[in-house]
Amino acid sequence: MRRSIAALLGIIGGMLAGAAFIRRQVAHRERADLYFEDGSMLSLTNGSPGADRLLPLARDVIRKTRST
Amino acid sequence: MDAQQALADLTEISSQIQAAVVFDDQGKVAASTLGDSPRADELARAAGGLLAAADEIKTGESALTQLEVATGEGSVFVVRAGKTVIAATTGSNPTAGLVFYDLKSALRTVKPAATTAAKKPAAARKKTATSAKKKTAARKPATKKKPDAS
Repeated sequence: MRRSIAALLGIIGGMLAGAAFIRRQVAHRERADLYFEDGSMLSLTNGSPGADRLLPLARDVIRKTRST
Repeated sequence: MDAQQALADLTEISSQIQAAVVFDDQGKVAASTLGDSPRADELARAAGGLLAAADEIKTGESALTQLEVATGEGSVFVVRAGKTVIAATTGSNPTAGLVFYDLKSALRTVKPAATTAAKKPAAARKKTATSAKKKTAARKPATKKKPDAS
């Protein structure tokens, strides 16, 4: 009985850790790259003030193309 | 080339691009891969808003020409050349360099149509000016009279 409870807890813990890892990976992937006329480039990763403004707008653009 | 034809070529060439719209700085849609006009207008408005928000994030004097915003749901690409803007959406993890290249190529084929109309009158003026010159040259006597020997 104790073994099965421990196994169950282990599975739940693993799933939570996996979900957190995937969530972190997705969050890390989210970014905004801006390219300027002089050849310079600015990359804003998720969490920076600029990206926090651009990411919801980009999600809105994607949703508009996918909505039926 | 017609903007609609340019977008049709773009989606045929690039399998990564899911939807695209060409519009001007006033938000007027020139062409779109989305069938109905209201959705294309909405997409252009949203992409224009994204570009305007990115414009506000300035690091120097140089103007923003293109951007990519990668989200968990997919990516948005916007390329601007003068007053013409092309925006496109892709799935997750696109090859950004290829998408930008395809968008710029499409924009180059669209742009001349908008600019030739503006340039035509100037070209016509030039042509008439040269033909007028020719006419005056034709009016001139063909041979010069030699000064009299006497």
